[in-house]
Amino acid sequence: MFIQQLINALMIGSLYALTAMGATLIYGILGILDIANAGAYLIGAYLGYYVYTATGNIVLAFLAAIVLVGAGGVVLQRTIYSPILAKPRTLSIIPLVAAVGLFTMCSDAVRLICGPGTKAYNLKFPVDAFHIGNVTILPAWILIFALTAALLLILWFILNKTKLGLAWRASAEDPEISGVCGVNTHVSMALSYILGYGFAAAAGIMTGILYNSITPALGDVPSYKMLAIIVLGGLGNPLGTVVAGLLIGIAEVFLSVYTTLPIPKDAIAFVVLIIMLLIKPSGLFGQKNKV
Amino acid sequence: MNAYLFSILATAAIFILLALSLNIITGFAGQAMMGQAAFFGIGAYTAAIITTNGGNFWLALLCGMVVSGLFGAGLGVISMRLQADFLAITTIGINFVMVALFNNMKITGGSLGLTVSKPTVFGIKFGNREFFIMTTILIVILCLLIVKMKRSWFGMALASINNDAGAAASFGINVHKYQILTFIIGTSIAGLAGGIYAHRMGFIASSDFAFTVSIEILSMVVIGGIGTIRGPIVGGILLSFLPEVLRFADNYRSLVYGALLVLMVRFMPEGLIGINSPLVRLFTRLFKGQKSSEGGAA
Repeated sequence: MFIQQLINALMIGSLYALTAMGATLIYGILGILDIANAGAYLIGAYLGYYVYTATGNIVLAFLAAIVLVGAGGVVLQRTIYSPILAKPRTLSIIPLVAAVGLFTMCSDAVRLICGPGTKAYNLKFPVDAFHIGNVTILPAWILIFALTAALLLILWFILNKTKLGLAWRASAEDPEISGVCGVNTHVSMALSYILGYGFAAAAGIMTGILYNSITPALGDVPSYKMLAIIVLGGLGNPLGTVVAGLLIGIAEVFLSVYTTLPIPKDAIAFVVLIIMLLIKPSGLFGQKNKV
Repeated sequence: MNAYLFSILATAAIFILLALSLNIITGFAGQAMMGQAAFFGIGAYTAAIITTNGGNFWLALLCGMVVSGLFGAGLGVISMRLQADFLAITTIGINFVMVALFNNMKITGGSLGLTVSKPTVFGIKFGNREFFIMTTILIVILCLLIVKMKRSWFGMALASINNDAGAAASFGINVHKYQILTFIIGTSIAGLAGGIYAHRMGFIASSDFAFTVSIEILSMVVIGGIGTIRGPIVGGILLSFLPEVLRFADNYRSLVYGALLVLMVRFMPEGLIGINSPLVRLFTRLFKGQKSSEGGAA
């Protein structure tokens, strides 16, 4: 029972981490809280569904969703976010207001185009669920674990082992100085959006496969829970986001299974967040003087 | 006048009050508050619980204000420890946690909500018209107080904190004290609006105070023009009547709403009639001489 719950918690947590990764990468470079990332998650899930039902090829569905949504992210960055950031601002939450507007548009556009009802992936796996002792493992879980791990490894590789990643880290550290030193910060911004929105799209498809249902409201809960996770992880720190995602997954599963709480499961992330911020205001992995 | 118009007017007035209250926190003090609806809800539930237990209507409104202001003071204390983005997310979190509590606690009626009977004052049974008149009077009083506040030492201290908190502190301004004070003022006015809302609607449920409501209030402030008095009022009127005008396109309302927010922030971040917005500049150019300092004064 305990191990079963732990596997469940880790899987939900890794999906959270993947969903929040986009927001983390974007915050790391542009310093904005991008709720519209949850719109990418939603649109990714729907694109994946349509490609999969049309072609029957889940690999193609993943690739199409990641590429298209990632490209859409760059367009948004170029047309909406960067111009807003270029203007002098009176208030730090102005970009967040734009992101809320974009997310509202995404959800409503999906509802209007795809209909308000639920859709099911009905993905067929070549193997059945198998049992180790009294622990059941579904093939969908293995797919999700493997793919999440692979995507996060790719991200780690890009950020730490390539020139592009070096440029990204330099831009995150100080956009002006790195720009002066010849780093093309526009490329770093675009990288954040391609990877960020692409990951969110992949997470959307995986959630669709896991629960076998997608609705236009799919992005509502991740939109704000994602914010709690990236703050827990120290805003803009990719490793912190993975740890925070897993932590929230574990907290949600175990608290809702072993205790009776007066609040619903989805509010746990924020309770954890508020308590943690009171103890350590810069987040789990946050540097003191950043932001 | 017909009843339908008054029901929209009463709602609009309550939301203008909310927009003004949020503007004190985000506009004047520059604090990133994203959960104003939580305090709106705290006021509404407090007032509703008092009148359903036989309390006086005015006492209920006052208690709604006080309880909401107390929670606001708590948030103000927390806010000193947090930077802008952390505060924004924390307030979003507070909104979600409060809605969850409203929806699960026995005293707030759980998911069934609370039914509140409409008050009778001096023999007049309060309807939409009375609530509209009462809220409008409150808005006028609040605006006068804000004008007075902006010219006072307190208002100037806030403006300097909003510009540069570090510099303000170096001039001997107690930044923390003023920040907590703005949180108390802003949230207690939201609590008052909540008390009025609960009695006007006659029924409240947790979804009335959801995060989307916070966004709606914030949109009014941003679309009208943040940091001014006229901005939130115009924003409140526009966004309250927009759904009525868009009724023929009811299905596309959220889409239009989202698009409006994005376009406003992208092309006119100072708001329709905010400080230095194109409309205000045009206006000052047309009436130069008579009203030369329109943009700067407000």
